[in-house]
Amino acid sequence: MNSLTGSRGPSRRTVLQGSAAIGTAALITPWGTPLRAEPVRGGTLRVGMAHGSTTDSMDPGTWDSGFSILQAHTSNNYLSEIAADGSLIPELAESWEASADATTWTFTLRSGVQYHSGHVMTAEDVIASINHHRGEDSTSAAAPIVADITDITADGMNVIFTLSAGNADFPFVMSDYHLPIVPAQADGSIDAAGTDGCGPYAIEEVESGVGSRLVRHDGYWKPNSAWFDAVELIVIHDNAARQNALVSGEVDYIDTADLNTVHLLERAPGIEILSVTGTQHYGLPMDTRAAPFDDINVRMALKFSIDRQQLVDTILNGHGTLGNDHPIGPGQRFFNTELEQREYDPDRAQFHLREAGLESLDVDIHLADAAFAGAMDTGVLFAESAAASGININVVREPNDGYWSNVWMQEPFVGTYWSGRPTADWMFSTAYTDGAPWNETYWSHERFNMLVTSARSELDEDLRREQYFEMQQIVSDEGGTIIPMFAAYVGAHSDTLARPEQIATNWRNDGQRIAERWWFAT
Amino acid sequence: MGFIIGLVWFVVVIAIAMAAGLLFRFLMVQICPKGIAKEMRTAPMTASFGMLMILIYIIVAVFAPLIAPFSETEIVGREYDAWNNVNLLGTDNLGRDMLSRLIYAARNTVGIAFIITALAFFLGSILGLLAAIVGGWVDQALSRTVDVLMAIPSLIFAMLLLTIFGTSVVSMIIVIALIDSTRVFRLARSVAMNIVVMDYVEAAKLRGEGLWRLITREILPNAMAPLVAEFGLRFCFVFLMISALSFLGLGMQPPTADWGSMVKDNATLITFGDITPLLPAGAIALLTVSVNFVVDWQLHRASGLKEQ
Amino acid sequence: MSHIWMMIAQRLALGLVTLLVVSLIIFLGTELLPGDFAQEILGQAATPETVAALREQLGLNDPMHIRYVGWLTDVLRGDLGESLANGQSVADLIGRRLGNTLSLALYAAAIAVPLSLSLGILAALFRNSFFDRVANASALTSISFPEFFVAYILIFWLAGAGGPFPSMANFRGDPSLGDFLYRTFLPALTLTLVVTAHMMRMTRAAIINLLASPYIEMARLKGMKPMRVIIRHALPNALAPIINVVALNLAYLITGVVVVEVVFVYPGLGQLMVDSVSARDMPVVQGISLVFAAAFVLLNLTADVLATLSNPRLIHRR
Repeated sequence: MNSLTGSRGPSRRTVLQGSAAIGTAALITPWGTPLRAEPVRGGTLRVGMAHGSTTDSMDPGTWDSGFSILQAHTSNNYLSEIAADGSLIPELAESWEASADATTWTFTLRSGVQYHSGHVMTAEDVIASINHHRGEDSTSAAAPIVADITDITADGMNVIFTLSAGNADFPFVMSDYHLPIVPAQADGSIDAAGTDGCGPYAIEEVESGVGSRLVRHDGYWKPNSAWFDAVELIVIHDNAARQNALVSGEVDYIDTADLNTVHLLERAPGIEILSVTGTQHYGLPMDTRAAPFDDINVRMALKFSIDRQQLVDTILNGHGTLGNDHPIGPGQRFFNTELEQREYDPDRAQFHLREAGLESLDVDIHLADAAFAGAMDTGVLFAESAAASGININVVREPNDGYWSNVWMQEPFVGTYWSGRPTADWMFSTAYTDGAPWNETYWSHERFNMLVTSARSELDEDLRREQYFEMQQIVSDEGGTIIPMFAAYVGAHSDTLARPEQIATNWRNDGQRIAERWWFAT
Repeated sequence: MGFIIGLVWFVVVIAIAMAAGLLFRFLMVQICPKGIAKEMRTAPMTASFGMLMILIYIIVAVFAPLIAPFSETEIVGREYDAWNNVNLLGTDNLGRDMLSRLIYAARNTVGIAFIITALAFFLGSILGLLAAIVGGWVDQALSRTVDVLMAIPSLIFAMLLLTIFGTSVVSMIIVIALIDSTRVFRLARSVAMNIVVMDYVEAAKLRGEGLWRLITREILPNAMAPLVAEFGLRFCFVFLMISALSFLGLGMQPPTADWGSMVKDNATLITFGDITPLLPAGAIALLTVSVNFVVDWQLHRASGLKEQ
Repeated sequence: MSHIWMMIAQRLALGLVTLLVVSLIIFLGTELLPGDFAQEILGQAATPETVAALREQLGLNDPMHIRYVGWLTDVLRGDLGESLANGQSVADLIGRRLGNTLSLALYAAAIAVPLSLSLGILAALFRNSFFDRVANASALTSISFPEFFVAYILIFWLAGAGGPFPSMANFRGDPSLGDFLYRTFLPALTLTLVVTAHMMRMTRAAIINLLASPYIEMARLKGMKPMRVIIRHALPNALAPIINVVALNLAYLITGVVVVEVVFVYPGLGQLMVDSVSARDMPVVQGISLVFAAAFVLLNLTADVLATLSNPRLIHRR
């Protein structure tokens, strides 16, 4: 097997000093780190996609499915890019600079970047593209992440963002998949139904829920990249059908392999498995306001009564790593290396149960496979392992349909998944701070909230690390979510396809940049 | 070569099945009281085999806890273990004993399928016959209501209803029975339509026979054959419906075992040549074939054909 | 004969009422489902503010009856509206896929109907013979398997590495007829296996049911060949239930094939319907429901007309 677990943390320098990152970029050649063989041009990359819906649209504010996100990165560029080694590098911006309190950010744009339509990118395009998600009546899913921006102004090829509070990680936000740079219209808005972009491939035809075809953008500015002549994305929902298409050579790459049968797929001739553990994790959040989960000892008892290793072996078929009840992955910059791994321990679970004044515990957990692949089975295994310490878990099967609006954050004990966020701050302030829109455990911890705010604008790297270590400790010991596992992104490809030595771990499909970074072997 | 070996096995299995059927018939004739023994003697080999199988299924379902080597939910090994001495049919994707789950599933699935089918037939055929006999606006009202219900694709309709009314076993039984009864209604009505215009029904009407008597004495006996044939199939469709619902995350609550979901959970293995999913699918198929063999025999008797 | 025309006219009028009621039920049903379009399309990323803004923009805040009446008025004017999700015209969306759905249904029906009728007749003729048993047992076995499972087995045998057929039935542009028949052979075969048993068994049952009737005895006593007895005398009187089951299965081929579409990556109406229901994209859901319901009503009407024509007593009902 070809497991590419974890990555080196991003280099420290790139975080605040964007302009310096250019130098770094030149050294590590982010668009083609040490190659196995010289890439060659040509061929049509055919990708089998697991997720794509007939309701997908071209509006960046609505992108949600795997299909939309891969297509977005294939036809668009962003201000910043997360390189294969996990560091942040400039893309459409040449460099960036922050004010001392990290509230004002100046991005200097690359000049002469051409759209597929032939137009050249301007600062107005950037403002229009970001403004699309801002404002009172924004209908964009990205509205929360740009909410801190109070003003955007242009100065020649410079774009200046003013934030309501300091954010040391702001350039990371600009790599979010919702925020591609597209042409501005005369009235300063963007064409939400348009397909124009300045990415490596131009969309030739697209049918939502079925697939799309993109051809190479001749005027693409990035050297040594985008080797294919064309890219076809084909939506294949069914696991067996997708794997069959790969085995029989009807596609070259599939973005998701079925974990139940990946060990069989691996044995097929000419097939390679691509397994990358990054920030994606599965969790079982408890409502910390509701009895019995308001008792920290009950939460601890549940955390000790789940068999993490068994879950990784069974549910993930070995493609993942143990979770430690906090959302920061082992490959991430401020991952707490000193925190002890929590194990399955029925005795300690029983101890905490007694601390809570209970002999036994009966709880319902509401799950559906919509929460994450294998959620139902996770519930069943959890129920079995928890029974040893006198905890009776009743698994309630909920319909997949409407799970996220009807069950998640409504029932007191449910399942959830997070594809994760590139920075610890982003992850914590999305789902763990008091008042965050997706604080799924309704958890409120004064010290934790204070730390998040202070670390966000902290410029001293060591101080920052200390604070993030403490935050992970607090979430792990006192938080309301059981995070038993970090799930790898498991895809597969035919061996006619060549890939760079280093595969990005921040997302599926080589950081969604497969069409730009891969090529056909000769 | 493989083909010939397959053929030999096929012949062996058929021969054993026939022998088992014959033996069973012989035993039944000996054991049963006279009236039933006489009926039994007319049963063809296939029907005897079918009855034997149904009996075995019932025994397995009733005595599941005694027969199964392990419990329904216990994790006894690692996932996807091959067939071995301890787990005779291997283990499933979570490491639970496959044989035990198949046995428990008989209990869960067959019981529910029978209740649903019976309910659907009771509702559907009574209303269907009523519509055909009374005619006029009763017929129109019932038929058009059924038209409306049938015009909505059943899977979507079931999903709507189950999501709205919750996914308990009771609501599942009611929803599937309701959807199935519309199909039975149409069939019952169309069969009865041909009968009510017969002279003997006209005569019965003129005699002033009551509605209930008309249904049970004149129409039902003559409409029985297609309805019985339909029963055999509907029974099987219920398994498939439950399996299709589990495709949408509805259906049985885990860790309850049922054949439909067991096929669904393991189905992708077949594309790699692994026969695990054939076990629960085979369990459904064997029961369906058995039930329908018995149905065929009854059909033959009901038709009044004397030939053998 | 004027009786028949009266009946057709009456039933068509009633069919329109059926469509109306179906659209109302689907509308109410989808409304009752938890979550609305704004929540579902923003998914896990929905914050209260963006959901509210999206609702406002799409007019989802209007009361239920206003939205339904608005939709209905548009439909009566011949406008099916636009998808909430991507602003495409519903008529276009459906139009593109309806052709696919119908051609696959037609393909499967062209194999399944003649096959099951002849198997049913043969089984009735050679009733209780070895042929009858084997035909029955294999047909029953094939419908005992869920259709996705049948599809997987066919893919394992006939497609995949080295198999003669493609495992995906998708194609770009307009394929030639031969190419279409080749690429969609496996889905059509799957559907055939799924619907054959039902029709075949009903044909057999309906014929056998009549074989003891005096007029059949009479025909047999006259020395007619058994095959002729069945075709000339039994079949015409057994047609009503057979036609009914055939209509039912044809309707299924049009409205119920979503699983086969998914497994064979075939862009038909079923997938569009499922996606739209789960996103609560009401105009699309409503549009497809109308198409499905219309197909059902028309098939049903045809079945009833044919059944009536096949039985003179029904035409001259007292």
